[in-house]
Amino acid sequence: MKMKTTLMAAAAAFALAPMASAERGSDGQVNIIYWQAPSIMNPYLSGGTKDLEAASLVIEPLARYNQDGAMVPWLAQEVPTVENGGVSADLTSITWKLKEGLLWSDGTPVTSEDVKFSWEYCTADGGGCAQAEKYNDVVAVETPDELTVVVKFGVSKPFPYGPFVGAQAPIIQKAQFQDCLGPKAPECTEANFNPVGTGPFTVTDFRPNDVIQLAANPNYRDPAKPAFATVTFKGGGDATAAGRSVLETGEFDYAWNLQLAPEVLAGMQAAGKGQIISGFGTLVERIMVNMTDPSPELGDERGTAAHPHPFLSDIAVRKALSMAIDRELLVEIGYGDAGRVTCNVLPAPAIYASTANDACKVQDINGAKALLDEAGWVDSNGDGVREKDGVELRILYQTSTNAVRQDFQALIKQWWSEIGVETELRNIDASVFFGSDPGSPDTFQKFFADVEMYANNFDGTDPESYMANWACEQAPRPETQWQGNNMPRFCSEEYDALVAEMAQTGDINERARLVKAMNDMLMQEYVIIPLVDRGRVSAHSNTLGGVVLNTWDSELWNAADWHRVK
Amino acid sequence: MTETAINPEIQKIRPPRNQWWDVWDQFKTHRGALIGAAFFIFIVLGVFIGPWLWTIDPTYIDIRARNSGPSWAHPMGTDQLGRDTFARMMAGGQVSIAVGLTAMTLSLLLGTAIGVLAGFFRRLDGPLMRFTDLFLALPLLPLLLVIILLFRDSLRAAFGPETGIFILIVFVIGITSWMQTARIVRGDVLALKEREFVLAARSIGTPPRRMITRHILPNVLSPIMVSATLGIATAIITESALSFLGLGFPSDFPTWGRLLYDSTDYLQQYPERVIWPGLAISLTVLSVNYIGDGLRDALDPRIRGR
Repeated sequence: MKMKTTLMAAAAAFALAPMASAERGSDGQVNIIYWQAPSIMNPYLSGGTKDLEAASLVIEPLARYNQDGAMVPWLAQEVPTVENGGVSADLTSITWKLKEGLLWSDGTPVTSEDVKFSWEYCTADGGGCAQAEKYNDVVAVETPDELTVVVKFGVSKPFPYGPFVGAQAPIIQKAQFQDCLGPKAPECTEANFNPVGTGPFTVTDFRPNDVIQLAANPNYRDPAKPAFATVTFKGGGDATAAGRSVLETGEFDYAWNLQLAPEVLAGMQAAGKGQIISGFGTLVERIMVNMTDPSPELGDERGTAAHPHPFLSDIAVRKALSMAIDRELLVEIGYGDAGRVTCNVLPAPAIYASTANDACKVQDINGAKALLDEAGWVDSNGDGVREKDGVELRILYQTSTNAVRQDFQALIKQWWSEIGVETELRNIDASVFFGSDPGSPDTFQKFFADVEMYANNFDGTDPESYMANWACEQAPRPETQWQGNNMPRFCSEEYDALVAEMAQTGDINERARLVKAMNDMLMQEYVIIPLVDRGRVSAHSNTLGGVVLNTWDSELWNAADWHRVK
Repeated sequence: MTETAINPEIQKIRPPRNQWWDVWDQFKTHRGALIGAAFFIFIVLGVFIGPWLWTIDPTYIDIRARNSGPSWAHPMGTDQLGRDTFARMMAGGQVSIAVGLTAMTLSLLLGTAIGVLAGFFRRLDGPLMRFTDLFLALPLLPLLLVIILLFRDSLRAAFGPETGIFILIVFVIGITSWMQTARIVRGDVLALKEREFVLAARSIGTPPRRMITRHILPNVLSPIMVSATLGIATAIITESALSFLGLGFPSDFPTWGRLLYDSTDYLQQYPERVIWPGLAISLTVLSVNYIGDGLRDALDPRIRGR
């Protein structure tokens, strides 16, 4: 009997041994560095990626996107679709079921009331909710029982996964935020800095724009996770320093968004402390071509549709500019493995990616010259710059200040000079360029230049609103306080018709056809010249396991699965 | 009676000569200043005459030769796009030295004028010094942003992109760096004003204009010289900071500051790329400092001849 108990105990000990390493909090501490420091833990009050990602450790949505861009249930039992009855046939309502037994980190149960409250919080009067577009067209959120949430839309929504999906639209606790509605939202500092959440970690100390200390959530739904007991989330510095701290010195375990020249990154990785990971999303570095005349003499009508551009309104010039670019070389110089050549403004997800424009992958200087000759742009006065009817091909090319972008500018300037186009370069501080201040002439919306270069992408996986960016009405102009996303001021009735059709179409294949048609129209009009499909580059130390880089959602989406590699 | 006998003899030995020869004699005895002056002339000649001999275009991109080390084809190697660093150093030097000297001159003129006026005329002292305080308290960067936003397009239209930006940058650096000079000069003028020789000059009815040019300015020359030499360094560095923020010259237009900033990312892989512009900036600044030191000694009649 005694022998038997001893044996049993020994067997139990052996059985428990591997379990021990999978116990909550058994791997100690993990250090994360974001070179932009989070200033708030509430995504509804901030549009900044850094804030969204820091908050994603604590608060979670009903469903989120995985590394392939597919939707996975998170707090919900499953993703509702028309097939499983979760989405009504007329596409005006969607029914979510919460997982059973979910608890907030303070021990109280998560109910459908909290989900409903998250919508009320973001859409409350007088509150500046940064994620309001996620709740567009929602007319009501109903809670038939504790676990069921029905979201009703005012119009038929072919893609009803805006509300409560992704890092931008997480569920917050009603008990904590109910006195913080509307104008009072920014005043609830305690709640905004230390939200009660369902995620794997909870905030223990929050210092805005500096350091966040987190500890494992004692009420997390998986009793074996997270493997780390504490998290130090350091913010601030620059990308180079963050890269070094993970790859060279090993002080930190994870560094986010390392946009550095490939050879610099490779040099850091050679130190052997960590590795670089990259994932591709929809981020495309592109050149926007101005279809309107930006010359200062036009005064208030500068850069508006009233004055077409003197030479860029000729498609031959736009096409020649695109043909002269060697995209392979740009990728090699600027991004290495973290970039791919692209000929589309919408390179992913795969079903939306067009293959009709692949000719741009090869540089064709002679073809560009021939095209310009044919269109009547010739250098008749021998100054090396082509002209026609007294208009010379002189381009002002602006972008934000960034070492890689300035290298791109220099390269492209040289190629364009080979085809007889003179380029003047201008770079503008990123906070001004992307600042959207209607008082500044240097914003990317005002676009007081002939061409401009930047990168953009869209959240999630549905490109409907992204492709609607290039409708006529989206053009920034004085009447819209220079807001809008149609930087080239492209305007085509045909394109607007496709946008309208897209809003009415639910079938996924039909939507893919429409999106490709829109992409191809933009590409073949050469109003947008795509250059590089940029990946997200991050780095983690060799001892950190379980990292799956996700470009469709927060990079920290699976922090519960992170563990120490021994 | 013996004195009258000696005096004509001395006049025979020393023929009358320009007092600038005395300055030069004193300057010659300062070894650092001589070396500094020689080096500064060498740099200036190098950057302005060098491009006639070394004819590679500093903006030409030879992508196959990128990141190469020093060789006969590229004595200082090439940068990440294959542009010749030697040619870029010379082109950058032209701009940096021109900006440094012009901006320094402007800030010196402003600073000295305001300092002397404030120190000499009691009634102007209050307003001018509050004006100086105002400039010192102004946050520099927003001010620069506004100036550049307001005047960039009109200057660009009037003088072309490069000259227009040059005028703007020199102006901007000049009007934001005169305050220290003004304060130092004012302090010195206040002290000088109480000295006996000024009193004597005043008592024989010297008008203020003569007093300033004849008695005050020569005596405050040393602090002015020192701030001038420091001013060149500040101007070169401010120009590079402006270029970095995208407010300065276009990004493909080389200046020493821009070369330095562009290479900091590659500090580990290619340290020489930081060293060349860094060395050029620091040696130029050092040589100008030594010249200033020598000039101060040479221009001060109390030190001269010791």
